[in-house]
Amino acid sequence: MTDTLLKIQGLTKAYPGVVANDDVSFDIGRGEVHALLGENGAGKSTLVKMIYGLVKPDQGQMTMHDVKYAPTDPRQARATGVAMVFQHFSLFDALTVAENIALGMENPPSQRDLSDQIRKVSQNYGLPLDPRRTVGVLSAGERQRVEIIRCLLQNPKLLIMDEPTSVLTPQEVQILFQTLRKLKSEGTSILYISHKLDEIREICDTATILRHGKKVETCTPSDKSARELAEMMVGASFEAPKRSDRQLGDVILEVSNLSLNAADAYGTSLRGVTFTVRAGEVLGIGGVAGNGQDELLSALSGEAMTPASMVHLDGRDIGHLGPNDRRLLGLLAAPEERLGHAAAPNMSLVENAMMTAADRKGMVTSGFLAWGKAKQFAEDVIQKFDVRTPSAQNAARSLSGGNLQKFVIGREVLQEPSVLIVNQPTWGVDAAAAASIRQALLDLATGGAAIIVISQDLDELIEISDNFAALNEGRLSEIRPMLGLTVDQIGLMMGGAHDIEVAHG
Amino acid sequence: MIMDINPILLASAIMVASTPILLAAIGELVVERAGVLNLGVEGMMITGAVVGFIAAHETESTTLGFFGAAVGGAVVSMIFGLLTQYLLTNQVATGLALTLFGVGLSALVGQGYQATNQVPVTKMPIPLLSDIPVVGPILFRHDGVVYLSLVIVAAVFVFLSRSRAGMILRAVGENHDAAHALGYNVRRVRLMAIAFGGACAGLGGAYISLARVPQWVDNITAGTGWIALAIVVFASWKPWRLLIGAYLFGGVTALQINIQAMGLDIPVEYLSMSPYIATILVLVFLSGGRAPGSLGRIFHASS
Repeated sequence: MTDTLLKIQGLTKAYPGVVANDDVSFDIGRGEVHALLGENGAGKSTLVKMIYGLVKPDQGQMTMHDVKYAPTDPRQARATGVAMVFQHFSLFDALTVAENIALGMENPPSQRDLSDQIRKVSQNYGLPLDPRRTVGVLSAGERQRVEIIRCLLQNPKLLIMDEPTSVLTPQEVQILFQTLRKLKSEGTSILYISHKLDEIREICDTATILRHGKKVETCTPSDKSARELAEMMVGASFEAPKRSDRQLGDVILEVSNLSLNAADAYGTSLRGVTFTVRAGEVLGIGGVAGNGQDELLSALSGEAMTPASMVHLDGRDIGHLGPNDRRLLGLLAAPEERLGHAAAPNMSLVENAMMTAADRKGMVTSGFLAWGKAKQFAEDVIQKFDVRTPSAQNAARSLSGGNLQKFVIGREVLQEPSVLIVNQPTWGVDAAAAASIRQALLDLATGGAAIIVISQDLDELIEISDNFAALNEGRLSEIRPMLGLTVDQIGLMMGGAHDIEVAHG
Repeated sequence: MIMDINPILLASAIMVASTPILLAAIGELVVERAGVLNLGVEGMMITGAVVGFIAAHETESTTLGFFGAAVGGAVVSMIFGLLTQYLLTNQVATGLALTLFGVGLSALVGQGYQATNQVPVTKMPIPLLSDIPVVGPILFRHDGVVYLSLVIVAAVFVFLSRSRAGMILRAVGENHDAAHALGYNVRRVRLMAIAFGGACAGLGGAYISLARVPQWVDNITAGTGWIALAIVVFASWKPWRLLIGAYLFGGVTALQINIQAMGLDIPVEYLSMSPYIATILVLVFLSGGRAPGSLGRIFHASS
């Protein structure tokens, strides 16, 4: 703990128009789990990219074990003992597990030796993996194992992990933590990036908080409350969403025995999903990514059609209707993927507003588009949901993730739906924006709408749901009142720890 | 009637007819596995055809002719490489432009060489093997380029499936962001792949102007490059399937020409379309592969 592994001094990196990192300094000790905290755009990823040699700092220096450390590319970083587990985009779907791992190594052994090594390490750390399988068919949790094992095979001195738990069940998270503790006891340092404050308080020895590219503080996270940490990240205090007492009304949406075959080989088929939602109710649907969430959203929104009687809205069978017909009946949806699914990246906010609100907001007269109304509506959303953008004419692509998400959710909420289905409403959104999105959903429910929130963020579901169910391999668990459910029970509903075992001694 | 066709001569002709497509297609296969869609195959082939013809004519050596064709094809492919990899132009548009450019350039350069005679390409029968009855004349009495094309296919197969460099190339084609994040030089890998594709297309083009025809006329490749592109896709980006596809196409082409020559009572148009239909049918039934994940996408190494 006492001796320093990596010393970061005054790292600065500027991009045109924005300083991503401004004079950041901190130390990572040997065998220390060091958290890097910050909102989206606070400069966390630029900082780790500099440590991993993907980005060259403008100023400042790093020393590792008192030797100057200035990697020019990731290979050099790996050779010095720095390994990184990426949040996404570092696996190759069409290649096998063994090939993926070999690509991240300097001098990989022959495929057969490598397969043996993979089996050995995966046994040791309780992360079972078959080296011959193709990565494209693996679950999110298994893909992460591939990334972790790729790093572990190089005996790293410093392991960088970018949002490692966002795809795991609570049980899987506990097993990951045991792996991390084992690594720590062996003297490996870990730089842990996350915005899940409870996790950081549980696993990390030290935390460095970044805001707008500058270091705010380095502290011991277990000394602080999650709220204090969040406020340091945001730089202001913010209101946690409040739910007001409300009476649940009549059943609005009824889904009975919904089955839907997956659209492609990597999807999940829905099997016999049955539930009802009442007016004023928030139904939270949890589960690890890839267990049928996308398919459920498309079956409910009308992107995927089913036999009519499987989906029932306000006394009508609507399973056979497409998205526009369902919108007219008051059922709206906001899918997970902001760019490309919920919004068209290269079109302006006005055009994006037109695309889902045209019918409900009367923006079409005899086949012609009423741009004035669309602009008005887009500006309404921007103002009421505090979307930060220079104007409504800016392309959706140009907004930050959080701002675009506020726009996408706001666009549906302001259309006054009777049923709203959202998938991952606050994914990759900073704490303050997430709180305001959740508040908007609760307000909508208070106004008498039925809301289905599909999310992998359990804290979010606990915060806003009245009832909870979990998706596991395309099946929906029983629905239980959120109040009184423990995290363990939720984890079991989500399918437990799948086939992971605890790290061996 | 059909009996009039000598099966041994036909089989031997099939190999000759298929070689240009095979060469161009195997080069494009490597380019596409690296994630680049170069629609300029036709342009690179015809450039190779004219450069090869001129080089062979001037030096009176077909070997030097083929060598020049490969260099010529690779040089034109670098126009495409620089535009798409450094100036980040759209690959489809740039590839189409390359084809138009190549066709025009070759017509210009080849003006003085129309209808001139060419030194013949020497056959290189393989000792002993070529004396085997039936198999010998079909497989082992060809010129060097036919053997070379088969060696290239085998080498590409081994390279892609067994070598580390090949794995890196596939990784770049599958997910260029991930490959970049792991520290691989996406641009360099792709430029090398594009140059290889250009050289192969050039060789294929020269095989038409030096061995098959052998003469220089404008637009001599007559769409062979497009067939090669289609065969890469239908072969699901797999070298052995590509070999089947190219030989099948060449085979039906050679067969239908023989049938035409016999004067069977089938309209010529049907015979002419038969190679295309046969190739598409067979490869569709074989299909099931998936395109490289980053195929045709522009890579911009941001941040």
